[in-house]
Amino acid sequence: MELRDKVIAIIAEQAMLEPGDVSLDNSPADLGIDSLGLVESIFAIEETFDISVPFNANAPEESEFDISSVAAIVAAVERLVQKQHASA
Amino acid sequence: MTGGGRRVVITGAGTINSLGHDVPSTLEAMREGRCGIGPLDLRDVERLSVQIGGQVKGYDEQAHFNRQQIALYDRFTQFTLLAARQAMAQSGISFSGEESEMSGVVLGTAGGGVNTWDENYRTVYEEGKNRVHPFVVPKLMNNAAASHVSMEYNLRGPSFTVATACSSSNHAMGLAFQMIRSGMCRAMLTGGSEAMLCFGGVKAWEGLRVMSKDACRPFSANRNGMVQGEGAAVFVFEEYEHARARGAEILCEVAGFGMTADAADIVMPSAQGAERAMRGAMREAGLAPEQIGYINAHGTGTAANDKSECASVSHVFGPAADRLMISSTKSMHGHLIGGTGAVELLACIMALRDGVIAPTIGYEEPDPECALDVVPNTAREAKVSAVLSNAFAFGGLNAVLALRAA
Repeated sequence: MELRDKVIAIIAEQAMLEPGDVSLDNSPADLGIDSLGLVESIFAIEETFDISVPFNANAPEESEFDISSVAAIVAAVERLVQKQHASA
Repeated sequence: MTGGGRRVVITGAGTINSLGHDVPSTLEAMREGRCGIGPLDLRDVERLSVQIGGQVKGYDEQAHFNRQQIALYDRFTQFTLLAARQAMAQSGISFSGEESEMSGVVLGTAGGGVNTWDENYRTVYEEGKNRVHPFVVPKLMNNAAASHVSMEYNLRGPSFTVATACSSSNHAMGLAFQMIRSGMCRAMLTGGSEAMLCFGGVKAWEGLRVMSKDACRPFSANRNGMVQGEGAAVFVFEEYEHARARGAEILCEVAGFGMTADAADIVMPSAQGAERAMRGAMREAGLAPEQIGYINAHGTGTAANDKSECASVSHVFGPAADRLMISSTKSMHGHLIGGTGAVELLACIMALRDGVIAPTIGYEEPDPECALDVVPNTAREAKVSAVLSNAFAFGGLNAVLALRAA
């Protein structure tokens, strides 16, 4: 499975939707994911890709991890995988 | 006072926390706006992503307890016993005969013996051992501290431990207040303790992503989360006539208690639940909003709490909110979780007795959603005759105490 599909699968599971119902322009809120759900999704992303995601629920907009849409999350995960696995 | 019932006063106080090992040093730190938060010194700290906390420093358990006691006392119990010792000494009360049967101990803690859990999980999981010390259970249980206090001072009446996360101490003190008010008890040792600053205790909190990595800045627009603390505070609550008859010095009066449940969300606070708790405490105390000069806020420094707490205070106090001071001393001692309301009650006593309002330190940028007088950075002299102390826990459980000057 491609990285993008894996991220979508994680978000879909959190939103209790089929992966096909998740679109790249959806925001977590569009999919009904609240702050607790978001924190849980980020944990699943960290475990799946063996990365560490910089995210503080108090200031999501200031975190280096863009969560504004599914596409942004996918891009952020791609960057982190590249960065963190290259340095490992 | 309204609604009848006996009057309840505080005749002794004790504490140990990151600001000091007793009440005078803690209040001095609060007056000076000193910060007790710093780099954590604990095993495997390099594997934590949050590496700061309000840790009790310069503490040597062997200076206070013997070998047998240390084998039975987790750090949270040690803190409790040290605080209780100071409170008893100040109060001058002692318990024997019928008096001891009408007196008890109600304490708050969220985690109890977290260090004991942590150390012994290491023993069996990390080190692969198949044997643990025989006293693990009596050492880690949440009621261990309350039980040891009852044994130490011969308290034979109602005694137990309350665990309502961040509201634990306020719930404990509220119940102790009610027991004396109703005539069931004559005196109570009450307050709370927490010692969660060990690898597992901090790691669990990291998971929620609500912790700050640099500082606790309640009500500041650039706040970025809470910081854990540790320690204890214990008080002697006593029936007013009893205290007067024995000539005890009265620190202040406990006048009302309000408790509510949000019944809404396991982590997000509701302004309505907090409002009802504040109104309940004031109603029982017979106090109008205009009479409250200071609120010791829950003020965790998270985005969600501070915004919601300020909204609820503005709503309850209306125009009186403009003349009200509200500060969060968590900015100095950190969030003691189940022990926090107890240490924060010291700031309330200082306001009522000494006319000094503890500041909210670390305040850098005004937040329009927290537009109250948060006593930024510097303590202030002010005469107040009544105060509130707020605690709003995860799980939506709220507990607010109302106090009056003696």
